[in-house]
Amino acid sequence: MILVLLILIPLLTGILSFTIKGDGAKALALISSILTMAVSAYVSGANFTAPITFNQPWIPLLGTQFSLAADGMSSMLCLLTGIVVMVVMIVNVNKDVEKPGSFYGFLLLSQAGLMGVFLAYDALVFYVFWELALIPVYFLCSRWGGEKRIAVTFKFFVYTFVGSLMLLAGLIYLSMQTPGLTSYAWNDITRAGAALPLEKQQWLFWLIFIAFAIKMPIFPFHTWQPDTYEQSPTPVTIILSALMVKMGLFAVLRWLLPVLPAGVAYWSDTVIIMAVIGIVYASLIAVVQTDLKRLIAYSSIAHMGLMAAVAFTHSAVGMHGIMVQMFNHGINITGMWVMVSMIENRWGTRDMTKLGGMAGATPKMAIALVVISLANIALPLTNGFIGEFMLFNGLFAGHMAIMVVAGLGVILGAVYTLNMIQKVAYGEVAPMVSSKDMSANEFVGVAIIIILIIFLGVYPKPLLDLTSGIAGLIVK
Amino acid sequence: MGNFSQFVYLVPLFPLIGFLINGLFWKRMPKTLGGIIGCVAILASFCISLGIFFEVKNATSPIAPVVLFDFIQSGKMNIPFAFQVDALSSLFLLIITGVGFLIHVYSTSYMGHDEGMVKYFSYLNLFVFSMLLLVLGANYLVMFIGWEGVGLCSYLLIGFWFKKREYTNAAKKAFVMNRIGDLGFLVGMLLILLNYGTLSYGEFFGQLHNTQAIIPGSVNNWIALCLFIGATGKSAQIPLYTWLPDAMAGPTPVSALIHAATMVTAGIYMIARSNALYDLTPVILHVVAIVGLATAIFAATIAIRQYDIKKVLAYSTVSQLGFMFLALGVGSYTTAVFHVMTHAFFKALLFLGSGSVIHAMGGEQDIRKMGGLGKHMRVTQITFLIGCLAISGIPGLSGFFSKDAILSAAYGYDPVLYYLGILAAMMTAYYMFRLYILTFSGSFRGTEDQHHHLHESPAAMTLPLIVLAILSIIGGYVGLPEVMSEHNALDAFLKPVVTNFGEHHLAAGTEWILMGISVAVSVIMIIVAVVVNSKPKFAESTGLAKVLENKWYIDELYEAIVIKPLNSLSIVLDKYAERNGIDGIVNGVGKTVKWGGDKLRLLQSGQVGFYIFIMVLGIVALFALSFFWIH
Repeated sequence: MILVLLILIPLLTGILSFTIKGDGAKALALISSILTMAVSAYVSGANFTAPITFNQPWIPLLGTQFSLAADGMSSMLCLLTGIVVMVVMIVNVNKDVEKPGSFYGFLLLSQAGLMGVFLAYDALVFYVFWELALIPVYFLCSRWGGEKRIAVTFKFFVYTFVGSLMLLAGLIYLSMQTPGLTSYAWNDITRAGAALPLEKQQWLFWLIFIAFAIKMPIFPFHTWQPDTYEQSPTPVTIILSALMVKMGLFAVLRWLLPVLPAGVAYWSDTVIIMAVIGIVYASLIAVVQTDLKRLIAYSSIAHMGLMAAVAFTHSAVGMHGIMVQMFNHGINITGMWVMVSMIENRWGTRDMTKLGGMAGATPKMAIALVVISLANIALPLTNGFIGEFMLFNGLFAGHMAIMVVAGLGVILGAVYTLNMIQKVAYGEVAPMVSSKDMSANEFVGVAIIIILIIFLGVYPKPLLDLTSGIAGLIVK
Repeated sequence: MGNFSQFVYLVPLFPLIGFLINGLFWKRMPKTLGGIIGCVAILASFCISLGIFFEVKNATSPIAPVVLFDFIQSGKMNIPFAFQVDALSSLFLLIITGVGFLIHVYSTSYMGHDEGMVKYFSYLNLFVFSMLLLVLGANYLVMFIGWEGVGLCSYLLIGFWFKKREYTNAAKKAFVMNRIGDLGFLVGMLLILLNYGTLSYGEFFGQLHNTQAIIPGSVNNWIALCLFIGATGKSAQIPLYTWLPDAMAGPTPVSALIHAATMVTAGIYMIARSNALYDLTPVILHVVAIVGLATAIFAATIAIRQYDIKKVLAYSTVSQLGFMFLALGVGSYTTAVFHVMTHAFFKALLFLGSGSVIHAMGGEQDIRKMGGLGKHMRVTQITFLIGCLAISGIPGLSGFFSKDAILSAAYGYDPVLYYLGILAAMMTAYYMFRLYILTFSGSFRGTEDQHHHLHESPAAMTLPLIVLAILSIIGGYVGLPEVMSEHNALDAFLKPVVTNFGEHHLAAGTEWILMGISVAVSVIMIIVAVVVNSKPKFAESTGLAKVLENKWYIDELYEAIVIKPLNSLSIVLDKYAERNGIDGIVNGVGKTVKWGGDKLRLLQSGQVGFYIFIMVLGIVALFALSFFWIH
């Protein structure tokens, strides 16, 4: 029942939010997000001996059951979702949006969808939540986004929609292969998929994988991302980059690797090479960006590329590293976006050529920017390092040369990140709209991020313990 | 003797606490208090390090690694956060905290007028913390943590005066070049982990000799090479040395601590630590020796024609580090460690002395505008002279013993290396005394204002100079050469951890002759330097001199062959591959679909167009599905 709460709290408060006008919606969203965070922390921290599950008949006619389960990966991602949404709400306390009722309503609905995706153990339930998470984002982008929002939302929509459609087709096909009656249960789907002959798994792989590849995104399915990140309002960018991209990776681990093992084995080298090309490609492009949001978007493509590559290596340490890195990347990129929104707020621009002098003007912000950026380039004793080290380890075992190429991302990452710090934080102070350093609520939000960065960088054991079981299961 | 090694975690903990106090309360912290906290933290670490040192010295059996907690544990891979207390680490602890403390004291005065002084001390403490992790780690991962940590602190301190773009450029360059090396280190670690299943020194070195039959030698070669690539980054060797001279943008005590005495010797520490591995890879040792020697000579040629007091010292450091790698390469690991120690004394002394000069000159670093400073600052002059004599290898001073040990080891390996080493040593003596004469003797060439302002530095600055000068004199007596003493204290102390490889014992006569040659050439070069530079003329240089002045145009070369092409590639990718290529295709598809959608929408009432579109595509998909299903 507790799992249902994770979905119900944001769902109900989200619907309620549409009826509220003014600041009430903001307060409601904040309270809702704290509650959800608390429940997700309980689910992750309670140390259950067996995964908690929830089963309820849903649409028996279609052979689908409303079944949820929280293993280490699910509870870790729910916790991440809980923390990230809470941080978004906290830093948004002193920001005004138009029509807050529907803005926060959509955000909470999207959170409900994400929770559902991470918990679903039935393919149709998974698909429904997948769409539930995405649809609010279309509205958020197209109504609250930047100048080019309509064109960009359209591109985003086309991309994800094409993917979703193929995914649905793939899942329906699989459900029809299940022994006995049509079933969408994870157990049945995996059994049916694994039993398929290689030639079927080969094409089915792409049918399902493309949706996930777009979501992560993997090169060359990524071009929606920089535009969408740039044009979306920052809270939405955070939801997209910290959580929705994890949806893609999560889906690979839960709904692809175990479902089509032969197809995965057949295509794994192709995917690894695509992903690693993406790392270098995105890192190189990041070097010449001048817009902060685009820079971070490309940096994120590079980071996700490494995780995606390792997902296909069949390495236990690598898989464990993905778990760790999914969480840490979510935390760090949330921190980056929070910084960007604060910068935009103070300087009125995200153009790095017009920024400068943060260390002199707003030193607290500068310290936060430096710490979060260092985590983003995986400096040891920040959380980013643990995952990256394990990922490289996983990739290295079977693909030494490819790992070294992927390692170029480490060097290029330092280049664009330090460029960014230099342009934003150092030099003389560029003209500012408002010269206030962090406000109290921004401080709290950033402090949560930084504490997690340092704590998990020095003592990653809790995160490793939470996810070690499931990581082992996936590669078995 | 107390049981200090059990409290080894206190050694890095004190600087960490100092960093946190100064770092968190920098806004409200009075400058003096911030300085005191910074110094006391290092002093406390030094005291414990002393205890540890004597405990190790008197220990009869090795001290087990001190495990603090599980760091990364996944399946069979278990990497603890553990510290290694042994001869090598305890010696480095003393160097780091000892020299570190003196430099902290010096900084209280040098940085006294800077508004960022508290921040400065927090960075400096963080640096010492990271450096201590680097040498204390009981496995390569903890070493790597310290390794990147010192790189970060170096970055922060080089760019300490962040308003100047030139300085932050230098900081960035240092970090990125170090990262190139770090990738080598990382790959080396992954190779060890993959082949030996561990990163702990004890387990790895133990297995090295047991599993030789199973694991091919080429693997060990690769590991050794990758680690060495890491070392070339951190210890500024060819081809990754160009960041170090630029790093002089940082405050001078930082140059003394990080870019002379401690951080840049991390690469030497790493290879000395891994001596069991390098013993098995003579090919790579050969590479190490050649790179080291080449760097020693190359950097020395540049130092001859520099006019910035700190740049001369920076190239000198690169050159001396080259000497240390030469020692490692010929298998004489303990000699390299010996030179690390003596170099820490005299190079820290020289840097701090240059800081005292810069302080007196009101920030001026160009030696063409100095001259005759000796009259105004005796302590600085005399201690600086001692530093110059030590680095030039004048008998009786520390540099003589360590440099001589390196050269005779090189002779034993291959006389050619010895002669080339002598060449570098000659240049060392020349550029150091050129620097000394141009700075301290002759008549003053600066402005009247500067002349007025000339003064000796306060005691907080001169006392560390005096202590370091004394150490530069006596520091060599721990490692007397075979012909002078039966007992080499340093070799004996390091023996349990570091044993030299393929040592050639030279005949006593040969050794005396080698020593004589190196002393003679040094003295000659000192005389030459004094004569040539006593009446200096600074004309526009031409030919080779101009090439040297411009550092062989290496920066320009890197710019042309690495940085510019990469940048152009990035721009091309961004503009063509990304925006017109992939995105062009997607937008083309999108436009077609949109066009279709618009047409379709005309048939409908309009508002729910998207959803109609979904339905149609859904039906198409269903058809496709049933088609496959039937087949």
